[in-house]
Amino acid sequence: MTLAALLFLGPLLAAAGFLLGRRTARTRRPSDVGTPVELATFETLHTASLAAPPLRAGLTAEAARKSARRLRSLLGTDALCLTDRDTILTWDGAGEQHHGAQIMDQMAALLDTGRDRAFPLSCEDLDCPLRWAVAVPLTVDDRVLGTLIACAPRESAVLARAAGEVGRWVSVQLELAELDRSRTRLIEAEIKALRAQISPHFIFNSLAAIASFVRTDPERARELLLEFADFTRYSFRRHGDFTTLADELHSIDQYLALARARFGDRLSVTLQVAPEVLPVALPFLCLQPLVENAVKHGIEGAVATSRITISALDAGNEAEVVIEDDGVGMDPQRLRRILRGDGGPSTGIGLLNVDERLRQVYGDAYGLVIETGVGAGMKVTARIPKYRAGVHS
Amino acid sequence: MSQTYAVVAVASVVLATALVGGFGLRVSRTTSDFYVASRTVGPGLNAAAISGEYLSAASFLGIAGLVLVQGPDMLWYPVGYTAGYLVLLLFVAAPLRRSGAYTLPDFAEGRLESRAVRRLVSVFVVGAGWLYLVPQLQGAGLTLKILTGAPGWLGPVLVAGVVVLAVAAGGMRSITFVQAFQYWLKLTALLVPVFFLVLAWQGDGAPRPVYDEPAALRRQRTVHFADALTLRLAQPLSVRAAGTVDGRRHDGETLTLPAGEHRIAAGARLALAAETRVPTATGRGDHPLYATYGLIVATFLGTMGLPHVVVRFYTSPGGREARRATVVVLALIGAFYLLPPVYGALGRLYTPELGLTGDADAAVLLLPERLVGGTGGDLLGALVAGGAFAAFLSTASGLTMAVAGVLTQDVLPSRGVRHFRLATPLAISVPLLGALLVSGVPVADAVGMAFAVSASSFCPLLVLGIWWRRLTPPGAAAGLLLGGGSALLAVAATVLGAAPTGLAHTLLAWPAPWSVPVGFLAMVLVSLATPARIPPGTNAALTRFHLPEALAGGSGVRR
Repeated sequence: MTLAALLFLGPLLAAAGFLLGRRTARTRRPSDVGTPVELATFETLHTASLAAPPLRAGLTAEAARKSARRLRSLLGTDALCLTDRDTILTWDGAGEQHHGAQIMDQMAALLDTGRDRAFPLSCEDLDCPLRWAVAVPLTVDDRVLGTLIACAPRESAVLARAAGEVGRWVSVQLELAELDRSRTRLIEAEIKALRAQISPHFIFNSLAAIASFVRTDPERARELLLEFADFTRYSFRRHGDFTTLADELHSIDQYLALARARFGDRLSVTLQVAPEVLPVALPFLCLQPLVENAVKHGIEGAVATSRITISALDAGNEAEVVIEDDGVGMDPQRLRRILRGDGGPSTGIGLLNVDERLRQVYGDAYGLVIETGVGAGMKVTARIPKYRAGVHS
Repeated sequence: MSQTYAVVAVASVVLATALVGGFGLRVSRTTSDFYVASRTVGPGLNAAAISGEYLSAASFLGIAGLVLVQGPDMLWYPVGYTAGYLVLLLFVAAPLRRSGAYTLPDFAEGRLESRAVRRLVSVFVVGAGWLYLVPQLQGAGLTLKILTGAPGWLGPVLVAGVVVLAVAAGGMRSITFVQAFQYWLKLTALLVPVFFLVLAWQGDGAPRPVYDEPAALRRQRTVHFADALTLRLAQPLSVRAAGTVDGRRHDGETLTLPAGEHRIAAGARLALAAETRVPTATGRGDHPLYATYGLIVATFLGTMGLPHVVVRFYTSPGGREARRATVVVLALIGAFYLLPPVYGALGRLYTPELGLTGDADAAVLLLPERLVGGTGGDLLGALVAGGAFAAFLSTASGLTMAVAGVLTQDVLPSRGVRHFRLATPLAISVPLLGALLVSGVPVADAVGMAFAVSASSFCPLLVLGIWWRRLTPPGAAAGLLLGGGSALLAVAATVLGAAPTGLAHTLLAWPAPWSVPVGFLAMVLVSLATPARIPPGTNAALTRFHLPEALAGGSGVRR
C-alpha cells in the first residue's frame, strides 16, 4: 500500500517540484548584495527588463496592457497611460473614467510637435488625486506612434525628467520591434527571390532537353512538357509559405524527371520514405534546392553514374529528411563561409536560404546539418518538427 | 500446455514486429516508383493501424475475463470501446486532422494560444498514458505466467525492454505498417481458434452458460496458488486441499470453506470436484446500474482523448481521409469485438475456477488447451498467446512513443537537440514500476479508469475547442483541473483502496458520470466569466478546423 502510494505521489511531487523550480528560477531577484543605490539600480534594471519583452510585439493594446504595469512601477506614479495616435491603449492606475477623454484632447498638439508636454488636469471630483500630467511622445524613425502619459497629484520636475527618459527607452524598444518586422519582410523577399532564381538556368536546360526528344520520342517530350508545366506551377505559386512533405517530394520527383531527361542514366536516385511523415508541414521549397545542389554536385564530378539518396524518416516528434550524394563534395571551410553569408556572389544562395528559413521558423536548433569533404560527397540533414504553432500547410 | 509452442509464438511475434518496423519503409530505386513511394497512407491501411494500436490487452484478454466472472452485463465494454469511435467520427476526427496538431498539447496550444494550457494538457496526457500502460504490462505478466510459469515480473519487463530497444534502435521507423500488421495478427489469433472452440463446444452437446447462479465445473479441477492470496467467498465451497489454508496445513483432506475471507499460502493446491459451483466475485458492487452508466460515459467520451489514438490521425493526408479511416476503424474493431464475448461465454463453461484466483483474464489463453487439447490445442494456444503479445506490444509501443513525445517536448528541459530516445525509458519505467507494485485490478477495469480520466479532461477540451468560439485559456485550464483532476484523484483513491465498499467506492471507481459534467461545466462557466481572454486567432482556427481543405485555399493557409 505504501509502495502504491509512493508510486502515485512520487511523479506528482516530482512534477510539482519541477514546475516550482522553473518558476522560482525565472523570477528570482538579484541577490541582496550591494549598497542601497546599487540595489535601487538593480531593481530599476530588473523592472525595465520585465517591461521590454511585450513591447517587442510593437505598440498594440495587448503589449501596452502588459508593459504599462511595469512602467508605472518604474516611474512610481499614480496612473500611467499609453496611447497610439487615436485612442488610449491602456490605463494603469486610478482615474481612467474622468480623465480619459480630456487627455486625448491634450494629445492633438503633442502628436503634431513631437515634444514632451506637461499640463494640469482639471477634475470635478474633488477627491481625485490626479492634478497634473506629463506626456511624452513615442517615436520610431521620427514618426510619432503614440504617447506615454504619467499622471501625478502635483507638478514634479523629477517626474517630468523620468517620464522623458522612460518614453525614449520605450521608443527604442518599439524601434527594435520595427526591426524584427523588417527582418521578417526581408526573409519573405528572399523566398520570392529564390522562386525567381530557380528559373533561368533550369528552364533553359529543361526546354533544351525536351526539344531533343521532340523528333525522336514525341510521346516522352509531351510527358516532360507536362511535368515541366506542373513543376513551374508549384514553384511559382503565390499563396502560402508552407507546404506538405508529400507535395514537396512530388515537386522533387518532377524536377528529377526533367533532370534525367538531360543526364539520362548518369543519374540514379533512391528514395526511402516513411509514410507517417508525408503530411508534415514545412517551409515551401526548402528541400528542392537541396536536391538541386545534390544533382549539381553529383554530375559535376562523376564520369560514371552519380547516386543520390533521399530519405524521410519518422523520429518521434520530428521528421528527419536526409539528402545524400556521392559527388565532388565541398571544402568544409568554404561551406562554412557560404552558410555565414560571405561566400561571394558566385555561390548559389540555396543552402544558405534554406538554412536561414528553417532557423527562422523552428528556432536555431533546427538548422541544416551538413557532412562533407572534398571528393567525399555531401550529406544534408534537415530535422522538421511535426507540429509548430502557426505552421500549417 | 506445451511451453515450447507458446515461447516460439511469442518470440516470432516480437521478431516479425521488429522486421516489419525496420523494413516497412517504402523504397524506390527508379524514378517511376517515386510516386508510389511518396504516396500518403490510405484510409484502409491507416484504419488497420489505428485498430491495431487500439486493441489492447483489455480487449484481447480483459473482456473475456469479465464476461466469465460477471456475465453479459460486461458486454458494455466492447460496445463502449467501439462507440467511442462513433463519437470521435461525429465530433472530432476531421477537424482534429485539419488542425494539424500532432499531439493533444499541440492542439491545445494551436487553439488556445497558451503555453500554460499546453503544459497542463501535457501533464494529463502523461498521466492518462501511464494509467493505460500499467494494465498492458500486467497483462503481459499474466500471459507469461500462465503460459510458461515464469514469475509475474518477467512479462512486464520483457514488453518494456522490447519497446525501449525497438525505439532506441530506430526499429519503429514505420509504425503504421507495424500496427496494421498487429491488427490482422490479433484478429487471426482470436478468429481461427474460435472456429475450433465452437466445434468442440458443439461436440460436447452445446451446453448453455448460466449467469444467474455460480458457474458449475464440468470436470474436476486443481487450482494451483503460485502466490499467497486472500480468497473472498460469497458462498461455502468444499475442496480437497494440499498446502496451507487459513494458517493450517492440509494434506489432501476434504474441507468445506465457509463464506468469508480465507488466506491461502503460496504453493497450495485446491482440488475442486466436478459439478462444484464456483462462487465468483459479487458483480458490479452495490450500484450496478450506476457502474454501467459510468462505463458507458467513460468509454464513449474517453476514446477521443487517448494519446496514441490522436497521434495516428495525423498520418491521414486530410480531414476527409481521417473521417473515412474512422469509419473503417468502426468496422474493423466492431468485427474484432464479436470474438472476446464468445471466449468469455465458453470460459464460463469450461474454466470457471479462474474466477477464484482473480486470473479470469487468462481464460482466452487456456480455452484452446481445455477444449481442443492435444497438439492442435497447443498450436491454437500458441496462436492466441502470440496474438496477446501483439496486443501488449502494439498498444504499449504506441502509448510509450506518445508519452515519450510529450515528455521530450514539454516536460524535460530542452538542451538544443531533443532526446526522444532518452525519454522512452522514462516513459515506460514509471508504468513498469506500477505494474510490478500494484496488482489485483482486472485489466479491463484498469483501462476503464484511463478512459474515465481522458473523458473528463480531453473530451471537454476537444469538443468545446472544436465547436465553441468562446472557450478561453483560463476556462480550459479550470475544466482540465476540476474534471480531469478529480477523475485522476478518484482513480488513485480507488487503486489505493481508500473506499473499499459502498456508494463511495462506486462513485470513485466509476468517476465519469460526475467528473465529465464537472469538466464541461467548469470549462463553460470560467470561459463565460473571462470573455476578455478569448484568443485572437479563434475565428481563423475554427475556420481551418471546419472548412474542407480545398475551400480553405488549398494548401498554404497561414494566420
